[in-house]
Amino acid sequence: MTALLELEDVEARYGPVHALHGISLAVEEGSIVAVLGPNGAGKTTTLRAVSGTVRRSGRIVFAGRQLDRLGPDAVARLGIAHVPEGRGTFAELTVWENLRLGGYTRRGSIQPELERVFSYFPWLADRRRQQAGTLSGGEQQMLALARAFVHRPRLLLLDEPSLGLAPVLVAELFRIVRELNEREGLTVLVVEQNAHLALQAAQSGYVLEAGRVALSGTSAELRADDSVRRSYLGY
Amino acid sequence: MATLESFRPRLRDRAALGGVVPPVSLLLVAGAAGLLVGSLRSEVFAQLTVQGLALGAVYGGLALALVLVYRATHVVNFAQGELAMATTYVAYQLIHWGLSYWEAFFATLAIAFVLGLVLEVALVRPVQHRSVIAAVIVTVGLFILIDGVVNWIWGGDFKYMQSPFGTKVYSVGGVSIARLYPGMLGVVVISVLLVWALFRFTKLGLGMRAAALRPAESALVGVRVDWMLAIGWGLAAVLGAVAGLMAEPSQFVLEPTLMQPILVYAFAAAVLGGLDSPAGAVVGGLAIGVSLNLVVQYVPSISSELQAPFAFAVLVAVLLLKPSGLFGHREVRRV
Repeated sequence: MTALLELEDVEARYGPVHALHGISLAVEEGSIVAVLGPNGAGKTTTLRAVSGTVRRSGRIVFAGRQLDRLGPDAVARLGIAHVPEGRGTFAELTVWENLRLGGYTRRGSIQPELERVFSYFPWLADRRRQQAGTLSGGEQQMLALARAFVHRPRLLLLDEPSLGLAPVLVAELFRIVRELNEREGLTVLVVEQNAHLALQAAQSGYVLEAGRVALSGTSAELRADDSVRRSYLGY
Repeated sequence: MATLESFRPRLRDRAALGGVVPPVSLLLVAGAAGLLVGSLRSEVFAQLTVQGLALGAVYGGLALALVLVYRATHVVNFAQGELAMATTYVAYQLIHWGLSYWEAFFATLAIAFVLGLVLEVALVRPVQHRSVIAAVIVTVGLFILIDGVVNWIWGGDFKYMQSPFGTKVYSVGGVSIARLYPGMLGVVVISVLLVWALFRFTKLGLGMRAAALRPAESALVGVRVDWMLAIGWGLAAVLGAVAGLMAEPSQFVLEPTLMQPILVYAFAAAVLGGLDSPAGAVVGGLAIGVSLNLVVQYVPSISSELQAPFAFAVLVAVLLLKPSGLFGHREVRRV
């Protein structure tokens, strides 16, 4: 297996505040990788450094292409879909328009992609004319994910998908992500507060602390680690 | 009190999602009915109404240009009228060089598109990162710059263009109506519909709407946000050019101040419709056009010199009484 995404000594800052102090990590093609850590550790910023929505330096290589000078739209066109934390939906637009935007980088008809997405989220098909802002929070989160699938990315960046969702929906969401990973080989880098869930879905993970990688390993290794167990798994 | 507050966000939400609140549609239907009844009873009223609608379409076209720019970049473009005037001079020059009116018309629209796009990229974008005020000041400077350049190239004296609609007069149910007015109305309405269809039905239009609504999220799905905003300025310049070209035959002469009063009417129209509502801009333009025409005729104390102050009064009244206009949204955010 080769690394689809590699970060080497990546730093990022918001104005004068450093959020990442040199992060290095690798995501193998076809794998699910979890990023864990306390609030403010730089998990979200790591995803933002990849998608280009924060000022960053260091080396970021995706499928042989260097990303660290590209803007977010150029990164998206290379086949990276970033589902940001909270509701990344266009509330003012309809469900269909949201999905259409997901396929914005694709040429020609997106009909096959839509049908594929409706097979995972059947309820979206009936709601395609509905204003996205009138969906519930959970439905909007699902829509954001569905939009990313229409993009048909090589790499999916998923930020706190469980935030504010009912446990049933969270389970459903992770089930779909895993199914796509197994069936279509979708590579996923997921940031998640719920370490238990994340390590269940992921093959490997990184633990960030204060903008640095504190620990990394396979999911089994991380689950067995005492500090991870105490801090994130709660037993 | 607590219950009232908890209901209010919902109502606002509905308005924010594009639903026109019933009182506004009632008002519009009542207005249209009033115009129809008046027109059937009086020939002068009918003529003034048709003329007012034609002029109002021009105001609405320019107002729509203002709204497009405002939605795309949150800048009020004070130079929109002067830009329209300058492109009308371009058409004049092209006709002078031997193009037919309609050849010149379409060539001018293409030139206007490029001009609007270049102005956004070269002048507005570099300062907009600093502040919206800086960008607005740039548009005020642009107003003076365009005015100076036009005076320098073409001089301040009157120019004459042949009317694209001839001098034919129709007789509709005994009322004489110059072909000019339905012509103006038709051209502006078709242009507006084409722009609307572009936004509503094309991928480019969807990208432009998304970029204007949520630039950060749009970039994440691969939309070239900067380009979309520049194209928005280009389209606004095209609509402005249509407004300028249709304003010229109604004024019978071309001079550098052609669009200055019309800009005031367009501002009044855009504010009346709600500064972020494209449909509102057009409806507002028609309403301002018709009411200005009728008020001057039927309210003895308001002479034609008071048209611009009257439009300004409308603008201030809307800002005081209903700042979001007829169709506009208040800033609403679900949390």
